[in-house]
Amino acid sequence: MSTIVVFVEQVGGAPRRSGLEALGAARGVADSVVAVVTGEGAESAAGALGTHGADKAVVVGGAGTCPDALATDVANACKEHSAKAFLAAATGAGRDLAPRVAAQLDCTLFSDCTALEKSGDGFTVQRPWLAGKLVATLGSTAPVLCATLRRNTFPVTERGGKAEVVQVSGTTDFKAVLKDVAAKTGGSLDVSEAPVVVSGGRGMQAPENFKLIEDLAAAFGNAAVGASRAVVDMGWRPHGEQVGQTGKTVSPQLYVAVGISGAIQHLAGMKTAKVIVAINKDPEAPIFKLADYGIVGDAFEVLPALTAAVQELRKQG
Amino acid sequence: MKIVACVKRVPTTETQAKVAADGTSLDTTGVQYMLSFYDEIAVEKAVQVKEAAGGEVTVLSLGPVDGTKEMRECLAKGADRVVLVKDEQWHTRDARATARVLADQIRALGADLVFFGRVATDRDNAAVGPMVATMLGMACVTDVVEFELDGTNVTAKRESEAGIETYTLSTPAVITCQKGLAEPRYAGLKGIMAAKKKPLDEVECAVEANQVEVKNLALPPARSAGRIVGEGAAAVPALLDALRNEAKVL
Repeated sequence: MSTIVVFVEQVGGAPRRSGLEALGAARGVADSVVAVVTGEGAESAAGALGTHGADKAVVVGGAGTCPDALATDVANACKEHSAKAFLAAATGAGRDLAPRVAAQLDCTLFSDCTALEKSGDGFTVQRPWLAGKLVATLGSTAPVLCATLRRNTFPVTERGGKAEVVQVSGTTDFKAVLKDVAAKTGGSLDVSEAPVVVSGGRGMQAPENFKLIEDLAAAFGNAAVGASRAVVDMGWRPHGEQVGQTGKTVSPQLYVAVGISGAIQHLAGMKTAKVIVAINKDPEAPIFKLADYGIVGDAFEVLPALTAAVQELRKQG
Repeated sequence: MKIVACVKRVPTTETQAKVAADGTSLDTTGVQYMLSFYDEIAVEKAVQVKEAAGGEVTVLSLGPVDGTKEMRECLAKGADRVVLVKDEQWHTRDARATARVLADQIRALGADLVFFGRVATDRDNAAVGPMVATMLGMACVTDVVEFELDGTNVTAKRESEAGIETYTLSTPAVITCQKGLAEPRYAGLKGIMAAKKKPLDEVECAVEANQVEVKNLALPPARSAGRIVGEGAAAVPALLDALRNEAKVL
């Protein structure tokens, strides 16, 4: 009987998709799945988790404002359920939480895993090394496999089923306390979670020209703006948008690279996208070797035409 | 104030990865090394805090004797001393084993503030900083883009998908550094000269066994060859058609 504990992020009572993916991954390899949720709305989020693979949902009171206390509460849930594994999505919150939980359990951490399988009594995972230049298949001798899972990689389980919801009051030993969250302007999607990413590079020539990139992203409706390291270093775009080895790793359904030549560090951050489109003046640009579809041409001419065409397509539904 | 900046020596980001003959490790032939990108930010921030609040900056690393080159650079950029825990197998250690060694050293140093890079750009675990904090019972904020210190009170801003999160905490604390927190300086001639006189202690330390077993290491599956759909704005309809009817992503 193997139990897996999964931390599921929720926003205002709605579980995040990445958390449901982690539940799905757990369901595939465990006899029993225990979800842990916290924060405002956690109770209503917990009620919905049964249909996505949770047998039980533990609602932790109070810890939503303190990462170290939350780690203690999650580690306690792992101990109480004699968990064989602890999983979280590799989001900002998951990547912050998981190493603390692992340390409390005296276990190492496997970050950003792209595969999770049963192997004898334990598990085998796959994860990128050197920002995806290599793929490592790893076994674990840790008493509890602690892992974060890459987003958009594991399927969400849909099934009939109800989770038993249990309330626990969390620890009140707070070391760092969250005082405030300044939400992003316009509710724009983060580049690491958007299904479509439109990225611009040096070929955009000036920061104001990124308006064309933003317009195309807006036309898609579900897209985030990304950037190459060169334009972030020049101060044209915020570093939160940087895709690549020293920025964010993304795996969207569609990645559109505009005026990006395709340095090895950039390619490492986006080559697991399902479909890659490159628009570049230089037919010899390395990005074309990776792209599924390429347009050789001037971004200032191609982008407005592409934006108009995508708008038209969406109007038709 | 005792400040520690933890750093790791990693292959340069230009490295073209090759798998060694054993099938489970990186072929290090010809690989060049550097300090992990974010660790340079950690060193810079540690030095900035010392310059503002006083104290001493110790650079701490688990790494090979060859890494003294990178450690000297940290001294040239304003750190006061280096503690290098010698380990020729540093790159094969898992996050827990590494964190245990560093936590022991940090405890012995009696650190008030510990800076890490948010992630080392070789294994990309982003785990050792928060693990060390947990082992030592210190407060910790990860992915920090703004940091203020007032006596023992710290305000740290963290970047997440939700936006910018503001945390308050007290020293002793661990901070992992995100791009934007500080801009690493260049080592001037004066700094390079001064670095030669600063202490660089090489220490020996037992490292615990890994909990990670590398079963296989491989290059990722190659993407199948794509195609140029056309030139200029005239190619837009062909592109949309391909995205819609062939790739089915629209």
